[in-house]
Amino acid sequence: MKQLTPRRRSFLNDLSGYAFISPWLLGFIAFSIIPILFSLYYSFTEYDILGEPIFNGLENFRRMLGDELFWQSLKVTFFYAFVSVPLRLVFAFFVAMLFNRGTRAIRIYQAIYYVPSLVGGSIAIAVMWRRLFMADGALNAALTKIGIVTDISWIGNPSTAIWTLILLAVWQFGSSMLIFLAGLRQIPKELYEAASIDGANPLKKFTHITVPQITPVIFFNLVMQLINGFTVFTQAFVVSGGSGDPLNSTLVYALYLYQRAFKYYDMGYGSALAWVLVLIIGVMTGIVFKTSNSWVFYEAKEGK
Amino acid sequence: MLNRKTKYLLGQTTFHIVVILLGFLMLYPILWMVSNSFKTNAEIFGSSSLIPKSLSLENYIRGWKFNNTITFTTFFKNSFYYTILSTFGAVLASSLVAYGFARVPFRGRSFWYACMFLTMMIPYQVVMVPQFIIFHKIGWINSFKPLIVPQFAGLPFFIFLMVQFIRQIPYELDDSAKIDGCNRFMIFTKILFPLIKPAVITSTIFSFYWRWDDFLGPLLFLNKPKLFTVSLALRMFSDPQTSTDWSAIFAMGTLSLLPVLIIFLIFQKYIVQGLATTGLKG
Repeated sequence: MKQLTPRRRSFLNDLSGYAFISPWLLGFIAFSIIPILFSLYYSFTEYDILGEPIFNGLENFRRMLGDELFWQSLKVTFFYAFVSVPLRLVFAFFVAMLFNRGTRAIRIYQAIYYVPSLVGGSIAIAVMWRRLFMADGALNAALTKIGIVTDISWIGNPSTAIWTLILLAVWQFGSSMLIFLAGLRQIPKELYEAASIDGANPLKKFTHITVPQITPVIFFNLVMQLINGFTVFTQAFVVSGGSGDPLNSTLVYALYLYQRAFKYYDMGYGSALAWVLVLIIGVMTGIVFKTSNSWVFYEAKEGK
Repeated sequence: MLNRKTKYLLGQTTFHIVVILLGFLMLYPILWMVSNSFKTNAEIFGSSSLIPKSLSLENYIRGWKFNNTITFTTFFKNSFYYTILSTFGAVLASSLVAYGFARVPFRGRSFWYACMFLTMMIPYQVVMVPQFIIFHKIGWINSFKPLIVPQFAGLPFFIFLMVQFIRQIPYELDDSAKIDGCNRFMIFTKILFPLIKPAVITSTIFSFYWRWDDFLGPLLFLNKPKLFTVSLALRMFSDPQTSTDWSAIFAMGTLSLLPVLIIFLIFQKYIVQGLATTGLKG
């Protein structure tokens, strides 16, 4: 083996390091950095894609203040995210607790409960969901069977339509369940044994061992799913037929943004809306992180 | 008084009954869709039944023909083309990048790694508008390039997964390969790539799922029906503006789920593993 001077070696390391990460680095510049800069610029312009962008300062943001649909979409999105994400996590946690035992059938149950998460993002499911909750859909047929006769269209009623979307999200709790289950299985058995010796009852064990040990996992999932919740698009688009109807009750933020930018070619306003979304997600993530100290338990790191 | 054994058995039975009932409820919408794919349109109307009157494949044949000028042969071809090429690019690039981040001590490494994490937090909505404008200007709209080319940059999620994996592999392997005269690229292809196979498989599966289900991307960049993916075709099929042939939609919807379910049955283990590692080590 040839001996290299340290300087030459570090130069070679730089060279091969950047060579290896070059696909990502080039993509990062071309498909993230440049678009982000353009987006920032467009958000201060009026731009219909055919002409040139015309700088109009803070006009787009001022326009939002008086834009009823903007406020409506914010309302819908906050409601959707803050109802569906906690519900899904609670369900996932509850079922994971139930499955955290040694029965052989668990593997099969686990797989079955995961199937909705597996297919839930597809258009086929969104289209089916729409049909399921129509006036002549399966839900009303099933309700009739148990004696509740109704011809309400859950999709067409402004007060229930958003709940069909929330249900679609909660229905897909399987992936979080698997993550929680993996977390539960990593809790050292010795902790429970020690607690038993000290005479702790199951409830004590749950609140003093299980919950603190699992909170980092819950925390990570909460942040990621809130972000996903704020940017939900496909399901709302398909279930509402692209309109956000009835009465804009399913007009989620990403759908409104899409309509502005690609239906009305209001690219400047669309970009401004996107930056408000970034701001919201940033603030929400910040709040979750800031408050996490009081409720997330991180194991004291052993000296590594 | 019940003795211990009866109590245990009773508990177990209740557990299984509850879990099976809830499981049935979870699967019901999917089963309903599959069953509807065999029913006539009149049968679907106002029915929650899971048993079709006959098992005719008529809906599948009618659905496949779509509007008689373009068929689902085109849509499935498009979907497979987009999914397979994207997945190949995303996984290959991610593994190269992951090796760079995990093993090569170059200047600026942690800075770029942090940048990569940051991009995971930025919603697609921010880059969507400018990306569309850029792709429009360079004439990429109505081609698969805007969908496939960015995948060849690798995906932060996969890169992260593979970095985690590579870090668990002892350095001695690299060192001994170096003594044998391997350069970095050879170490990557001959030694590390085979060792991170589980992470590669997990990434491949997830990439396949995400591309197969992708809707927003195709919706933005593909406007000609002959370029439509299965997702776009299904959505056009169910357009509320036209009278809807639900049986045919359910038939094609069921077919569109088949690749996803087949892969799940074969690679279940890797999916669970992938979820566990990424969900935990965030």
